[in-house]
Amino acid sequence: MAVVEAGSQFASRQAGDRSGRAMTVLIGCAILLVVMMMASLTVGASGTSLFQALMAWASGEPIELRERVILFDIRAPRTLLGALVGASLAVSGAVMQGLFRNPLADPGLVGVSAGAGLGAILAIVLGGLLPPALAVLTGMYTVPVAAFVGGWLSTILLYRVATRKGRTSVAVMLLAGIALGALTGAVAGLMVYIADDNQLRDLTFWGLGSLAGATWAKLMVAGPLIVLALAATPFLARGLDALTLGEATAGHLGIPVQRMKNIAILTVACATGASVAVSGGIGFVGIVVPHLLRLSVGPSHRYLLPISALLGAAFLLGADMISRTIVAPSELPIGIVTATIGGPFFLYVLLRNRSLLDM
Amino acid sequence: MRIRMLTGVAALLTSALSTSAFAEDRVLSIGGSITEIVYALGEQDRLIARDTTSSFPSSVADLPDVGYMRALSPEGVLSVDPTLIIAEEGSGPLETIQVLESANIPFITIPDGFDRQAVATKIQAVAQALGVPEKGAELAAEIDAQLAALDTSVDAPARVMFILSTQGGRIMASGTNTAADGIIALAGGTNAVVGFEGYKPLTDEAVTLAAPDVIVMMSRDGDHATEDADLWAHPAISTTPAAQTQSVVRINGLLLLGFGPRTPEAATALHSALYDEG
Repeated sequence: MAVVEAGSQFASRQAGDRSGRAMTVLIGCAILLVVMMMASLTVGASGTSLFQALMAWASGEPIELRERVILFDIRAPRTLLGALVGASLAVSGAVMQGLFRNPLADPGLVGVSAGAGLGAILAIVLGGLLPPALAVLTGMYTVPVAAFVGGWLSTILLYRVATRKGRTSVAVMLLAGIALGALTGAVAGLMVYIADDNQLRDLTFWGLGSLAGATWAKLMVAGPLIVLALAATPFLARGLDALTLGEATAGHLGIPVQRMKNIAILTVACATGASVAVSGGIGFVGIVVPHLLRLSVGPSHRYLLPISALLGAAFLLGADMISRTIVAPSELPIGIVTATIGGPFFLYVLLRNRSLLDM
Repeated sequence: MRIRMLTGVAALLTSALSTSAFAEDRVLSIGGSITEIVYALGEQDRLIARDTTSSFPSSVADLPDVGYMRALSPEGVLSVDPTLIIAEEGSGPLETIQVLESANIPFITIPDGFDRQAVATKIQAVAQALGVPEKGAELAAEIDAQLAALDTSVDAPARVMFILSTQGGRIMASGTNTAADGIIALAGGTNAVVGFEGYKPLTDEAVTLAAPDVIVMMSRDGDHATEDADLWAHPAISTTPAAQTQSVVRINGLLLLGFGPRTPEAATALHSALYDEG
């Protein structure tokens, strides 16, 4: 037990004691998220405003059906889903980077995204061939369900490949993930070949990601999975911190390394599978958010994971607000927004902090 | 101010009086050919917005654009405050349509098709949705008569290949069961590519084997002379009879493939391009 204490102390000392600063950033990000959620309920292509509607309601006027649909059936599920997806993308990125001890790791690398994407592509192109009974069962959710199943199957496959004698090799998993990515790329190419022109358009739009399809039903399916995954991450923090010293050292420090890896991989598969299933391919959040935060609060996962969740959620909500107002009444796919804002900004931060980034 | 209030009251009264006649409704048209039909029916004053594919007549550009027909966003559509949505088959996604239905906005889907009968059916369906079936029957009969009057009989039908794009030197051509296939038939040509349905990339050998007499493409802004030079320089196309006679026809995509009121015009234009100058 004493060894464990020493270990975690060592890990946090290595990170530099930035607890005070981290706490401030944590509170700041929480406030930012609340502001973003309120804004997300109020901003949109239509002039409907949450506050006006609430005021009208308070003064006893009935809210018009159109306003009610916009606020409660369009913006409310979209805001919640945006926050959950943003949080899950950022946390998945942070966990992957910690687990692989590689600053470039993100769910795309462990094949979860690739598998989920392949599931979605198969559903878009071959959905019409489903046996009618199954098609009725999944209905309009065929694509998200297929994406989720695809993500899960690929994670399990990679995990099996990388685990030998009860030990999971992170390096093998990384390489196998790249191999699986190439394979899914090939199958995706085949699907693009046999797709008709309407399906091709659907594939393009899916690949760029969007929260436009957010409904309460989707939220009910994806929400619990994402919340569950997010709830598991605090238990990973100490393990991931110890892992920065290497697997053997982490083991000597009393960390159940194999169990921790299991939980980390399951968490990411769960969060990413559910996110990709409901929002398509939204890139960049998982890389940008954790790195930005490491620069300000340090690498300790105790703070990094929760703050990543808050900032990821706020970032995605902000991007979504831009995506649905900048070309209103039309909508820009959100993946374009996250990359256009995130890319240059991230580059700027990198240039300013090059020396700090050797993790 | 007072005048505005009075007009407001007047508008309220008229809308109350004519709710069943659809006279005051705000129509959102999704799909280029649907918008053309609304204009041809003379009902364009009721349009309040359109989708990205609606580009004819040019005055529709003044209407707000709610985005691509297969990727409509529910709030974007609601923000233009439509009371009736008329959409081409394939518009969506389904989530958006369901939200719109929950807001009690009628969403009418018009079936698509690529032959003479389909044009009349489409016009009548749009007219029905707009509440002007008589006008629709009239217009449908007129367009159908124009299509029937087309004299496209020729001794030897030209073998035509419709090329959607030549991106990266890869020829994306139309097989059967497409708008391109339909308009080629209406113009009195034969589709040179019949092995598959829809638009697919062709191998160079398949292009040579198809041996088209004429190539049809969509016109776009830019330098067609350079594009033509590139086309004839393409190794597979250079082997075709079309390359020998340098026969390429470029027609606006919406006109050519829309299957709406301008289809007789498109068929006539294609027919004369195929045979008169040949």
